Amino acid sequence: MDSLHDLGGKQGFGRVRYPYPAHQETWEPLLRALSASALKNHIYNMDEFRHAIERMAPRHYLTAPYFERHLTAVATLLVEKGLVTAEELEALAGGSVPLAGPIGPGRPAPPAQSFALGERVRVKNEYVSGHVRMPAYIRGKAGVVVGISPPYPFPDAAAHNMQAPPEPTYDVRFRARDLWPDSCDDAMNHVGVFQSYLEKAA
Amino acid sequence: MADQSTPTTATPEQRTAAIEMVLRRSGALPDGFVHDFIEHAGDAWVTSNGARMVARAWTDPGFRARMLADGTGAAREMGFEFPEHHRHLVVLENTPDIHNVIVCTLCSCTAYTIIGAAPGWYKDVDYRARVVRESRTVLREMGLDLPAGTEIRVWDTTADTRYMVLPVQPAATAGWTADQLAAIVTQDAMIGASRLDEVRG
Repeated sequence: MDSLHDLGGKQGFGRVRYPYPAHQETWEPLLRALSASALKNHIYNMDEFRHAIERMAPRHYLTAPYFERHLTAVATLLVEKGLVTAEELEALAGGSVPLAGPIGPGRPAPPAQSFALGERVRVKNEYVSGHVRMPAYIRGKAGVVVGISPPYPFPDAAAHNMQAPPEPTYDVRFRARDLWPDSCDDAMNHVGVFQSYLEKAA
Repeated sequence: MADQSTPTTATPEQRTAAIEMVLRRSGALPDGFVHDFIEHAGDAWVTSNGARMVARAWTDPGFRARMLADGTGAAREMGFEFPEHHRHLVVLENTPDIHNVIVCTLCSCTAYTIIGAAPGWYKDVDYRARVVRESRTVLREMGLDLPAGTEIRVWDTTADTRYMVLPVQPAATAGWTADQLAAIVTQDAMIGASRLDEVRG
């Protein structure tokens, strides 16, 4: 989905706070452990977890610290998976519990088409309303395959609890000036791209 | 003043406690799991893992070749582990003329079992938005002023491959042992926010 989590190349942001003050709230390690336990027990998978974060209200997403986003995602998934109702969760918490927006339909993977090292590929010009791991800044852009990684479940399906056949991902190299002509620092940009997001470049 | 028509948002502590209660009653949270997980994360998923890989690569050409060809295998060879969703570790070799830098623009994915949990600045929206498009400027602002001739390679962690940078060994450390070298390798250098140039013999 084209939401605010997809930050790559967005302009107007400020100086990176660096070095960053080391600080950890006591609830953060606990929450991380709880989410690990839910994952281990297959209450949800990593793609469902990521998509729950993406479905947060944009205003909440941008102002929430990192672990507040995790907290919101876990609460949302426990409600969506039927382990607790929103009302009961609020009663247990003693106050309101912000949840992410509702989940829409996912999509199955298209027929497989594989690519080779050195091959020139193009990122499909797709607009996906569900979960997708293609950052918008490479949509429709052409690059070269420089790495191939082992198969992993297709996230657009896995995040929606659909059958998600494993597929390779490719490290694709783009030139920054092809992505943002006349408006970027010169660099080679590499992006991990699932096979289903790619097509052969003409 | 809070809107009286809606209840106040529960604190993160309260919400986390509520989640813990729900998981526990559903049977998904065995006794001791939280304690063991936090202890294991603190003991096993630490920056010194990656630092030891880097130091060994600097002192053992055979390991360096294996690490660049198969980062996952090299990490496992040293006894390090990966979560199920980290299928592949790719090691990116810096040279005097090439600088690699890692980001995750969609969330904050990191090879956390190898280089430790991501630092705060890596998870911040400013870094995620800007480093892909203004890499040289952002690195300069962070204190790394690369020569104009240096090729910058940005790696966006948008799939389940994880990355780490193999920095250039500082000239002043020639002849050091792997243990001595591991002590100078920082998490920031393995992300690509620094190059260890400040290290003196």
